[in-house]
Amino acid sequence: MPRNRRSRKIVAPPRFNGYKPYGYKKHNEDPVELLYEEYEAIKLADYKLLNHQEASLFMGVSRATFARVYENARRKIALALVETKEIVMVSGNSYSDKKWFNCIECNTRFTIPSTINKNECPLCHSVKIETIGT
Amino acid sequence: MKTLITSNDQTLSSTMDKRLGRAHWFCIYDEELKESTFQINPNIDSMGGAGTKTAELIIELGVKKVISGHFGPKAKEMLEKFDIQMIEVDDDNITIEELISRLNQHSN
Repeated sequence: MPRNRRSRKIVAPPRFNGYKPYGYKKHNEDPVELLYEEYEAIKLADYKLLNHQEASLFMGVSRATFARVYENARRKIALALVETKEIVMVSGNSYSDKKWFNCIECNTRFTIPSTINKNECPLCHSVKIETIGT
Repeated sequence: MKTLITSNDQTLSSTMDKRLGRAHWFCIYDEELKESTFQINPNIDSMGGAGTKTAELIIELGVKKVISGHFGPKAKEMLEKFDIQMIEVDDDNITIEELISRLNQHSN
């Protein structure tokens, strides 16, 4: 069993579900799956113009991992453009700041769905919780 | 409210399985009845999509909380959509019994 992937933190998921080429008749069956963290990597490096070191800190991963994610993202986008494929967004190994919490007392990670209105750890019921990565 | 815990075996003293889709057993604990039932994971040897199939099973069972070691991206997405609380525990040696007693602490 390989080591678990470290989750990549994203500030906000993209505001779209994908991109479709137009002016091209033939329908392409298999879309390119762009992960949220890859979108985030492109955003940090090419839109916010951060260097990889700064960007990696934002996403809570090492610089090398960030570079890998970023490289993948660019390749996928290039593939989609050249081969006129659709791009669909997939959540991947990422978490948004607001969704996942960490319990300071027992070190458990958990989500709080909208149906639960108590902000406490589900296991030790401590209210000392933090959003992950901050 | 029902909670599902991924388990390595079918007894309360067995340890938690850190995988979701490839877990050996599922322990379904009912908070109202204080009853736990074990169910074998039908997806353990599936070729692919074990996480997704397990998430579907979880939704069908009407469970509101899932305790496991790690949730894959697809399972995560599905469980999120159905407002199921996901709990990731990092401890390798924690038993099902311990987890249940921790869940129960506040209700008493």
